[in-house]
Amino acid sequence: MSPDNVVWLGSPGFPEAARTALADPQLRRNLRKATTTIRDKRLAATAELDDWEQLREAGAALKRRTLRHLDTHLLRLEDSVTRAGGVVHWAADAAEANRIVTELVRATGESEVVKVKSMATQEIGLNEALAEAGIRAYETDLAELIVQLGADRPSHILVPAIHRNRAEIREIFVRRMAEWGRPAPEGLTDEPRALAEAARLHLREKFLRARVAVSGANFAIAETGTVGVVESEGNGRMCLTLPETLITVMGIEKVLPQWQDLEVFLQLLPRSSTGERMNPYTSTWRGVTPGDGPQAFHLVLLDNGRTATLADTVGRQALGCIRCSACLNVCPVYERTGGHAYGYVYPGPIGAILTPQLVGVEHADTLPFASTLCGACYDACPVKINIPEVLTHLRAKAVEAKRAGRRTPTAEALAMKAATSVLTSPRRFAAAQKAAALGGHLIARRGVIGPLPGPLHGWTDARDTPAPPRESFRGWWQRTHPQPPQGDQ
Amino acid sequence: MTDRDTVLGRVRAALTDVPADENPEHVPVPRDHSSHAGTDLIALFVERVTDYRAHVVEATAATAAEAVAGLLTAHGLRTLVVPPEFPEELLPQGPWQQLTEPLSVAELEAAEGVLTTCAVAIAVTGTLVLDAGPGQGRRALTLLPDYHLCIVRADQIVDDVPDAIALLDPGRPLTFVSGPSATSDIELDRVEGVHGPRTLDVLVIRRTVAKG
Repeated sequence: MSPDNVVWLGSPGFPEAARTALADPQLRRNLRKATTTIRDKRLAATAELDDWEQLREAGAALKRRTLRHLDTHLLRLEDSVTRAGGVVHWAADAAEANRIVTELVRATGESEVVKVKSMATQEIGLNEALAEAGIRAYETDLAELIVQLGADRPSHILVPAIHRNRAEIREIFVRRMAEWGRPAPEGLTDEPRALAEAARLHLREKFLRARVAVSGANFAIAETGTVGVVESEGNGRMCLTLPETLITVMGIEKVLPQWQDLEVFLQLLPRSSTGERMNPYTSTWRGVTPGDGPQAFHLVLLDNGRTATLADTVGRQALGCIRCSACLNVCPVYERTGGHAYGYVYPGPIGAILTPQLVGVEHADTLPFASTLCGACYDACPVKINIPEVLTHLRAKAVEAKRAGRRTPTAEALAMKAATSVLTSPRRFAAAQKAAALGGHLIARRGVIGPLPGPLHGWTDARDTPAPPRESFRGWWQRTHPQPPQGDQ
Repeated sequence: MTDRDTVLGRVRAALTDVPADENPEHVPVPRDHSSHAGTDLIALFVERVTDYRAHVVEATAATAAEAVAGLLTAHGLRTLVVPPEFPEELLPQGPWQQLTEPLSVAELEAAEGVLTTCAVAIAVTGTLVLDAGPGQGRRALTLLPDYHLCIVRADQIVDDVPDAIALLDPGRPLTFVSGPSATSDIELDRVEGVHGPRTLDVLVIRRTVAKG
């Protein structure tokens, strides 16, 4: 993946970025409020269904079925979309996808496009690529608009402006709307209703004149060629319905085998993502429909690292992600650091396993460690992606990659080697415990060991360590339970 | 080599662990999830649609036209889009001007309201599904005007999402509507009507006199 197409990739690394985020009390307040609200809503919405676990099983199984036969489904999808009057394009990487979309827009003679919020187009840096070609891309999802006007980055999959509060949003609208089109109304307050109305007026003129739209897709059905977008605001419907040309960019893993499969995902997705029984709007279409909606439809099937992920039999399950973002909202690490710290378009626990696989673990080697492995993400995932399992799998890969790049052993490797030697010998273990009790008390203050110098700082910078007890359990047991002499002891 | 060959080649190379004789149907998918509706579908549908801040009115075939007139009058509509093949018997006369297709985008944008039927309604989720069939029109009709009155016959209400998926034609352009347009992007406060209709009224027509 060339740096041109990756707007932000892991620089600075997670530990450094997280430290900056943790120092921002406003950000932590905004995040805590948002994640707590959405967590409670999701729990209420999922508790309504007594067979939620069966639905999760069905979702996981359907994704397994899809991924294990991905080539079959993709070929079938290509055929059914083409027969319905759509044009299917294949893109091996971000550069290729951007080239295809740019050429399609150019062919219409237009120099602007309206966009439905899409993770795939963020991933390939489409807006930046279009801008280089002289094409302006307008984000039309309210949160994406806030992010675009604020020259900011999305920090959440579902609510990209989750890190901003109403006062900050008002400020962005007042300051920047005029540069992009209709200015913010006079006397704009920070009431959510007033802010939404300002966005409505600002975007309406763009919807009405747009002749080309770019969207992502939540799913595409191989059997029927039906493509779908799930949304709330109606900006998706505007983009999918009013322009003459529609270009949809979709990761290859978003294909579903059959129309019937939707019955599972249309139950799992809204309840997991926004905690609603159903999202306000879902649009589906097949190819082009004469007299209704765009009369030219292009579907771009994007690989961009997905096949590399597919090749890893443990990591493959990450491709089952339906982008609901439930794992973000339950993650103690995400809640405190926010999405920017993850350095890429996919934040949170899913980002920590998806990003290193999409871009190569050596380019995102801190992300598999951006987790406490508490398992809340696995419990929340509607398609049962075992995120902790993939995290530990990727940690091993990251350590291997690091070792391959270095001749001298790392402090970590040396410590592990020493620990192995100590732990395999009862005699050495007892001696080490005695030494630790003595040494620990020399450096501890009020029973706690603070930051240590040298290679140990990696452990002690982030946490206090309790001083070892004066006597080990083994020592106490031997002292208080004198054993009658026995055979060989 | 084209990108198509590249991607398909990589997919196949990535799946060497899958036995050659396995096909998609060999991967079991448990489908033992069930409907979440109770016995009174209409009451559940009304409750769930109302929960999404849509306004629901019930009527019988005999009182439906009058109920439509009441809703349109209450909303003070001056211009009303009526899609092709909308049932005549449900179309009351009133002070509003009726607009019929073909309409330009500008005309649609200027229209104050739209009156449609639907294809299917889902009780558990409080969802209306439009499939561009008779009385529903193309998708833009229910998008640009700020007011949408949708008429649901009681026999169009199904239990749950799987029942609706089974009835719908995946070849038609479908719009699933659950309440008016809404956003929760600002501090997760729900605000109705960002881009789609800000007001959604639903008229449920029971076959006979409304049950208690």
